[in-house]
Amino acid sequence: MTAVNYDSELRRAGAHATHGWRRLAFLAQRYVLGTFGLFIMILFVWTALSADLIARYDPLTVDSAHRLASPSWAHWLGTDSFGRDVWSRIIHGARISLAVGIGSTALGCTIGVFVGLISGYLSGWVDLVFQRITDILQSLPLLVLALVMTAALGPSLPNVIVAIAIPLIPTVSRVIRANTLALREQPFVEAAKSIGMSETRIAIRHVLPNTLAPLIVLATAQLGSTILTEASLSFLGLGIPEPYPSWGRMLSESAAEYVRTAPWLVIFPGVAISLAVFGTNLFGDALRDILDPRQRG
Amino acid sequence: MSETRPLLEVKDLVKHYAVRGGVLRRQVGTVHAVDGVSFSLGVGETLGLVGESGCGKSTVARTVLRLVEPTSGSIKLNGADIIPLSKSEMRPVRRSMQIVFQDPFASLNPRMTAGDIVGEPLTVHGLASGDAKQARVAELFRQVGLRPDQMKNFPHQFSGGQRQRICIARALALGPSLIVCDEPVSALDVSIQAQVINLLIDLQRAHGFSYLFIAHDLAVVAHISHRVAVMYLGRIVEIADKTELFANPRHPYTQALLASVPVANPKMKRLKPMVDGDVPSPINPPSGCAFHTRCRYVIDRCKVERPALADAGTGHQVACWLNDGTGRPG
Repeated sequence: MTAVNYDSELRRAGAHATHGWRRLAFLAQRYVLGTFGLFIMILFVWTALSADLIARYDPLTVDSAHRLASPSWAHWLGTDSFGRDVWSRIIHGARISLAVGIGSTALGCTIGVFVGLISGYLSGWVDLVFQRITDILQSLPLLVLALVMTAALGPSLPNVIVAIAIPLIPTVSRVIRANTLALREQPFVEAAKSIGMSETRIAIRHVLPNTLAPLIVLATAQLGSTILTEASLSFLGLGIPEPYPSWGRMLSESAAEYVRTAPWLVIFPGVAISLAVFGTNLFGDALRDILDPRQRG
Repeated sequence: MSETRPLLEVKDLVKHYAVRGGVLRRQVGTVHAVDGVSFSLGVGETLGLVGESGCGKSTVARTVLRLVEPTSGSIKLNGADIIPLSKSEMRPVRRSMQIVFQDPFASLNPRMTAGDIVGEPLTVHGLASGDAKQARVAELFRQVGLRPDQMKNFPHQFSGGQRQRICIARALALGPSLIVCDEPVSALDVSIQAQVINLLIDLQRAHGFSYLFIAHDLAVVAHISHRVAVMYLGRIVEIADKTELFANPRHPYTQALLASVPVANPKMKRLKPMVDGDVPSPINPPSGCAFHTRCRYVIDRCKVERPALADAGTGHQVACWLNDGTGRPG
C-alpha cells in the first residue's frame, strides 16, 4: 500500500479545498514553517536569477584602494582582502549554490530513479548487483565520496555537480526500489499485465508516476544537503575554482586570517549558507508531511 | 450446461511455491497452493469457485490468465494450450481473457483518469485512438452504468461500487470471451454487491462471455453461477450444477460449508456445524484426502489414498471415498 494517493492524504490533513489557491492558502496557514522555508527558497532563486540587477559591483573586480573595508553604505557587507564587494559576491554565489544544488539533485535523482526502477522491477541478479553497489556507496559519507570524486575529476562547476550527484544515486534508488517493489504487487499493475501491456510500458505508465510523491520529498530534502556539500567542498579547496564566488570558498579564504580583524567576511557567507539550507529543509519537511504522512517522525 | 463446447479446459493444474529460508536461501519447503485442479468452462457459462481463504482460488485465477506461471498442467482456451506460449504469443490471447479483481481501490492506478484506465487496453492493442477511442470508452461507461462525463475523473472520486464498474468496463474493452472475477464483490457493501452482480449477469446475457467466478460468499455464487466447484487446500473436492450442489451436497466439506451459511429461509433445514479446527498448512498438506483431518466420516483409506474426482451422478463429481465415491455418508 505504498502507492501514495496524495490527494486523499491532503484531504485527511484537512484540506477540503483540493484545488487551486484555496488549497495553497490552507496549506500555508497549516504549515507556517514550511511556508517560511518556501519563501526563503523563492528569495534564493530570485536572487540567483537576477544577480546582475541586485549586485551593486562586479563580484570579480579587484579594488585595492578599499581592501577589507567594513560594512558601510558603499559596501553593505564590506569588502574582502582583494577589495571585492562581499554583498555582490554573496548574490552571485547564490547562482553557484543553486546551479550545484539543482543540477546535482536533478542528475542524482534521474539516475537514481532509473537504477531503482530497473532494480525493483527486474529483481533477480540485476537487483542483487545494483543493491550491493548501493551498499558500498552508502557505507561512505556523502562528503567523503564527493571529495574523492572532485579530487579525481578536478575542480570545475560541472565536475562538482557530478561529484555531488553520484553519492545521491544510492539514496534515491533505494527509495524508488522499495516503492517499485510494493507497486509491482498492486492489482492495477497485474491488471495492466492481463491487458497485455509490455513490462517497460507498465514501469513507465503505472509504476513511475506513483513513485513521484516520495521522489519530490526526497529531492527537496537532498537539495539542502547538496548545497551544504558544495560549500564544504569549496571550503576544502576542491569545489568551485577561483575567482568565482562560492560561499564555501569565501569562508575558507577568510576564516583563518581575518576572522578577528574582518568578521563580516566570515559571518555573511555563513549566514547565506545557513539560510539556504534552513529554507530548503523547512520546506522539505513540510512537503514530506503533506505528501507522505507515514514518514512523520 | 456441461454439453456446451468448452471455452476453457484446465487439466491437472499445479502451482507450488518454494519456501526459502536460512542464509543461503535454500528451499526448505513447498507451498502446495494449487495441487492438481481440473475443470472446464463452457461458452456463456459461469463457474463459481468457492472455498476458504488460502485454498488456492486466487492462484487458480491468476494461473488461468498466466499472471502466475503454473508448475505443471495445461490450460486450453478454445482448444489451444496457452501454457507453452511466449510473452509475445500471449498478447493476442490476452484479448480474449480479462480479470476483475477483489480490491477496487488498489486495482485502479490512482494517477490515471477513469477514461484513460478504460481506454488503455484499446491503446495497448492498437484497436482505437483519438475520437474513436473516446467514443468506445463512453460506450463502455454507459454499459456498466457510469456516465460518460465521469471519464475525466480520477479513481478516488468514485465510490467502491463505481470503481468496480470501472474495472468491469476495462475488462470489457477488449471484447473478451472469458472474464475471471476474483472475488469482485467481497470488498463492497451488501447493497452494492447485488447491483454489481446483476450488472455482471446482464453483461453476460448481452455479450455471451463466460465467467470464472471466485468467491467465498456462497449466496453470491449461488446467484450468479451455473455450476459450482468447491476447493479445499489446493484441490477441487466437488463440482456440480448449482441447483444440484446446493440441494444435494455430497462431499463432507461441501456439506459443512453449506451448513455454515446463514440462510434467509426459515423452512430450509439447517445442518449442524460439521467441522472444527483450522485448515491445515498448504506447506505440509495431509496425506491422502486433504480433508481427512477434519472430516467426521473419516475412514482409514482417506488417510492413505487421495480420492480422484469421480462422477457420482450426471455431471456431479465428488472426490471422496465414502460409499465408493458417491460421497454420501453411509
